Amino acid sequence: MLIELGHFALILAFIMAAVQCVLPMVGAQKGWRGYMAAGEPAATAQFLFLAFSFAVLTWAFVTSDFSVRLVTLNSHTAKPLIYKITGVWGNHEGSMLLWCLVLAFYSALAAWFGGNLSDTLRARVLGVQGAISVAFLGFLIFTSNPFWRLEVPPLNGEDLNPLLQDPGLAFHPPFLYLGYVGLSMAFSFAVAALIEGRVDAAWGRWVRPWTLVAWVFLTIGIALGSWWAYYELGWGGFWFWDPVENASFMPWLIAAALLHSAIVVEKREALKSWTILLAILAFGFSLIGAFIVRSGVLTSVHAFANDPERGVYLLAITGVFMGGALTLYAARAASLEAKGVFSLTSRESALVANNILLAVSAFVVFVGTVWPLVAEMAFDRKLSVGAPFFDAAFTPFMVALAAIMPIGALLPWKRGKLDRVMGQLWGILALSLALGALVWVMQTGGSILAPAGAVLAAWLVLGALVDLKARAGRGDLSARLRRLRYLPRADWGKAVAHAGFGITLFGVAALTAWQVEDIRVAQEGQSFAVGPYEITLVSVEQRQVSNYQTTLARMEVTRNGNPVATLFPEKRFYPVARMPTTEAAIDNGILRDLYLVIGDPQDAGGWAVRTYIKPFANWIWAGAIIMALGGGLSLSDRRHRVAAGAAKAPRAAVPAE
Amino acid sequence: MRWLVLTLVLLASPALAVQPDEVLDDPRLEERARELSKGLRCLVCRNENIDESNADLARDLRLAVRERLVAGDSDEEVIEYLVNRYGEYVLLQPRANGVNLILWLAGPAMLLGGIGVAAVALRRKPTATQNDAALSPEEQARLNAILKE
Repeated sequence: MLIELGHFALILAFIMAAVQCVLPMVGAQKGWRGYMAAGEPAATAQFLFLAFSFAVLTWAFVTSDFSVRLVTLNSHTAKPLIYKITGVWGNHEGSMLLWCLVLAFYSALAAWFGGNLSDTLRARVLGVQGAISVAFLGFLIFTSNPFWRLEVPPLNGEDLNPLLQDPGLAFHPPFLYLGYVGLSMAFSFAVAALIEGRVDAAWGRWVRPWTLVAWVFLTIGIALGSWWAYYELGWGGFWFWDPVENASFMPWLIAAALLHSAIVVEKREALKSWTILLAILAFGFSLIGAFIVRSGVLTSVHAFANDPERGVYLLAITGVFMGGALTLYAARAASLEAKGVFSLTSRESALVANNILLAVSAFVVFVGTVWPLVAEMAFDRKLSVGAPFFDAAFTPFMVALAAIMPIGALLPWKRGKLDRVMGQLWGILALSLALGALVWVMQTGGSILAPAGAVLAAWLVLGALVDLKARAGRGDLSARLRRLRYLPRADWGKAVAHAGFGITLFGVAALTAWQVEDIRVAQEGQSFAVGPYEITLVSVEQRQVSNYQTTLARMEVTRNGNPVATLFPEKRFYPVARMPTTEAAIDNGILRDLYLVIGDPQDAGGWAVRTYIKPFANWIWAGAIIMALGGGLSLSDRRHRVAAGAAKAPRAAVPAE
Repeated sequence: MRWLVLTLVLLASPALAVQPDEVLDDPRLEERARELSKGLRCLVCRNENIDESNADLARDLRLAVRERLVAGDSDEEVIEYLVNRYGEYVLLQPRANGVNLILWLAGPAMLLGGIGVAAVALRRKPTATQNDAALSPEEQARLNAILKE
């Protein structure tokens, strides 16, 4: 009964989405206030219905209701409770329901906090959001119904894919969806503005927080996924340039470009039409990502629902929304007058350069991702595009981006002097190069990768400090500190996020350049040396744990006779899903990770053992978290809180800038 | 499809990527083998190189690479040998020839195009200081109030 109620709520949400799509749009066109106002209750109702529907599905998973087909296919009574809950979105139908719930949540947020928008803009934004909801709820209900019942419920389920039974991956999809779907808000604002035919500073100020929210969630989601791959897949890779990873990376790059260009719209009323285009493309890449993941058209390590029919439907959604929005863009973009004028050396120009680099790098990722498909269909060449291509074709853009970042961050708006900016930066440039030289000397031979990473990282982190110092102004220390404290949060956010980017760059370069690896057969009780460490395989035991069997090794690590860590690498076998997984044991450190993996028993006795020393591995994700933190700081800037309607009454406070 | 996956999983032993018994005695040759392996695709896997893959076929390919290296082949000859046997699908880095030039040149071309468009747009004299006619006085006041915050 409850299941049917959940199903029914889903259909009601679909109807509410249709109402939210049609009434406000018509109202805004005709100027009927009643119609326009209908969007808000419709959005709220849609969200509540979907929340109920989602809660019902979660309940079905928690109580292991195997009369529901989805639960049977993706759950098992022996599974720990946490993975029963996360199993809700560990499959195509459930994750699509989560996607729709998040979409409705953003609609509802726009309805609840949209008080500061003009009536017609808010109505149109809600209308476009409603249209997206209609498309995805239709997709869910007609092709991927999560509430499908089985006539004869089995006694137990088929268990969730063991790879997904992991904390890192359990929370990876919700964050990604908050990001992907968050970009729908930027899209809706762009389309609404095109219909209105007007883009002004207030529009830029509105779009930026939504983009920031989406970008922050995408950053966290991608970092979680990468971290998971690092510890779960058994050899410590953190990025594979897999189509599905690229699917999340392209919107991230475009969103990063968008949140920078939206600043130019807001502060200088320039780059309007470009910003609109980016807002459309950012969500476009989200849709393409959904298509790539769920259609199976590109083979990938973690495409989890390969169904041509669904693929066609998703392609149609992508085509309709992108085609419609881009046509509207072509018709209206010319009417968006730029107001602000700026010279070649200015913050605006630097942000244009940032946008070109980010957009082109996203384009490179896109071309590389779809090229195998294009080459096979159009030119009859069956080929692969893998990590070596992306490393070669993508990295230069990130290097260039890092090189200009501190300069651009210091340039003033409108018109700047390069020598004045560089005057502040020569010192840290010399310092960064010296650090790079030091790294070069210290590593005996080897590639240029690590020294280059060190130079860029130092340049970015120190550059962020110089930026803060410049913003603190002159005067004695206390005056500077006070100014620093009252600096707009957006400035802090900028410095923090830029520094985080540098830290990630360094982590990637150092890990790639300096990793040490050892593969061998070890007997129980045997010791061996890897780098400065002495590692002993103490014992290996096999036993049964809740829903899997494990091979658990105990390994002790010492350095110069002093104990460093005792680690328990593990190999699991999930009998229901008939899948083995490796659980590497990692001793985390700031300067290095020790990464141990236990393999198969050997015919001649002993066990295959792999040991890695992974220098600065954690810097990759620490940098990502710092970037996300910077985004959060920027989001908490007072002007967004004010513009977002959190504080409606205009206050006579000191201007923030 | 589900059956195929299950069978594959059952057949493939849950092994690690490079096995201890595969490693060559000559560390220089081994290093070259590892480097080459990273650019070669495990044909039955999804986007994994043979160095990381657990599949049996990847093991065969790893052994083939090492065999050729021990026989004295250069890196290029090893790759040529594998491409002749398995087609260019085995290469993770597509060769820059024929239509693949589109793939390789797409990024640089787009960059030049972007710089060109930006340069033209920056040079164009904008029709500045023209008031946005669509803004009513009431809205302008509201905008000012918002921006003042």
